[in-house]
Amino acid sequence: MKQILGIIEGIGETVLLVARSARYANTLPRQFPRFIEQCYQIGYKTMPIVTILCFFIGSALAQQSGYSLEDFGGKQFIGALVGLSMARELGPVMVAILVAGRVGSAITAELASMKVYQEIDALVTMDIPPERILVLPRLAAILVMMPVLTMIANLCGWFGGALVCQYTASISVSSQSYFSVLERFMHMKDIVDSLIKAEVFGIVVITICCHIGLNTRGGPREIGASLTKAIVTSLIFILVLDFFINDILI
Amino acid sequence: MTSASSATPVSARAVGITVSHLTKKFGPVTVLHDVSFEVRPGEIFCIMGPSGSGKTVILKHIVGLETPTSGEVRIGQLDAADPETRTKIHLAFVFQAGALFNSLSVYDNLALYPREHRLGNEAHIRDRVMHALSILSLDKTGDRMPSELSGGMKKRVAIARALVMEPQLLLYDEPTAELDPILSATITEIIGTLREQSAITSLVVTHDRSLALSIADRVALIMDGRIRAVGVPDDFKHTTDPTIANFLNPIIDLKNPRFKQLEKDHE
Repeated sequence: MKQILGIIEGIGETVLLVARSARYANTLPRQFPRFIEQCYQIGYKTMPIVTILCFFIGSALAQQSGYSLEDFGGKQFIGALVGLSMARELGPVMVAILVAGRVGSAITAELASMKVYQEIDALVTMDIPPERILVLPRLAAILVMMPVLTMIANLCGWFGGALVCQYTASISVSSQSYFSVLERFMHMKDIVDSLIKAEVFGIVVITICCHIGLNTRGGPREIGASLTKAIVTSLIFILVLDFFINDILI
Repeated sequence: MTSASSATPVSARAVGITVSHLTKKFGPVTVLHDVSFEVRPGEIFCIMGPSGSGKTVILKHIVGLETPTSGEVRIGQLDAADPETRTKIHLAFVFQAGALFNSLSVYDNLALYPREHRLGNEAHIRDRVMHALSILSLDKTGDRMPSELSGGMKKRVAIARALVMEPQLLLYDEPTAELDPILSATITEIIGTLREQSAITSLVVTHDRSLALSIADRVALIMDGRIRAVGVPDDFKHTTDPTIANFLNPIIDLKNPRFKQLEKDHE
């Protein structure tokens, strides 16, 4: 019971953190350099790993579906399967997981060490709300960068699938045929749903990581503990929310 | 013990602090027991006491980083626990470890407050920062990162950062801790000079007896979370209270059973 109350309290505090940060939205224009810095950290620096990973996820998906669909004579539908799987599920989920692992961990470590070494307390005594200069620019940056990263992930997955279909002898579906099926079965709603999921995941990951970082207590050892807690909590929330968002969007 | 008034003219901006029946519990542990004292506008008030006696917890209540279990802290007429107080009264806190922002240069550490509160254009902020750095003889350290500074320099940068805020109330947490005697004397001198120049209220928390007795207008001695005495430094120097005298001039008794036990453990 105590643990359940703790989880509910944590969710409440995280929602409050977003609300408190949103109160300072009018300060964003003068925080433009911080926003750009966060876009660079969240977007540009995550792009290579998103590209590589999603390319190979698309390739593997095409390989597996080529092997499975051969028995049913449905190889020509590989494009639709890879396209929809990447856009509706794997693209946003994989990007969210990568953002949690690469960006979320860095955010928690930075904020937790600022808390442990009293830098957050110093900000409070200087009447500079940490939500304004530490949380808000990151939330704004994730809102802008998540759709970009998700579209890159989707495209890389689609191209990875296309290459495998073209050059694997056992599949041998041409790129033209692959993309024409993908185009026929994909709708704008699939892309919009993909981006909605990505935005929700992004906000959830960043808020959880900021909240856990800012509430770290104790010494350097607790920084590591906060890091683990932030990543595990983020991953759980991504996968649980994925189910419920699917339920709403489908 | 009696009190004495400050010799320095009091600034119109200086504010006083009133701590009334402050009690603080962390779980089952009571850290502060019914603590009451008053800091008058413009004076240097030292809270002196051994490590773990609750000195820093009092400071954290004054800056609003902790809320009382019971009792209250007022800065001027305002409740210290109310976040609005920090927007109405300029108070600066010099943390024991400096609490400098490690990702910012020394200059940016000092410029953060005026930039965030939009206290003038960049040229004005530069003048303000350079002035604070020059007061503490840190003119050439602006470009350096906090990780490149010695302990004493970090303390001085922390004081400079507090000065840039042009505070009405300046709080120091163990300003001479972990410093050698020469640096301790320098910091003590700086605290005194700053009060002479700006006549702000200063509250110094320390276990350093020589700092407290040399610089303070009035001193409070805290032990085990309770205020044992409040008075002018002379009252403490000529005290007949054995507990206070033992804190000021501790006698190391090698026949003490604790030392005997240590000796046995060593064997």
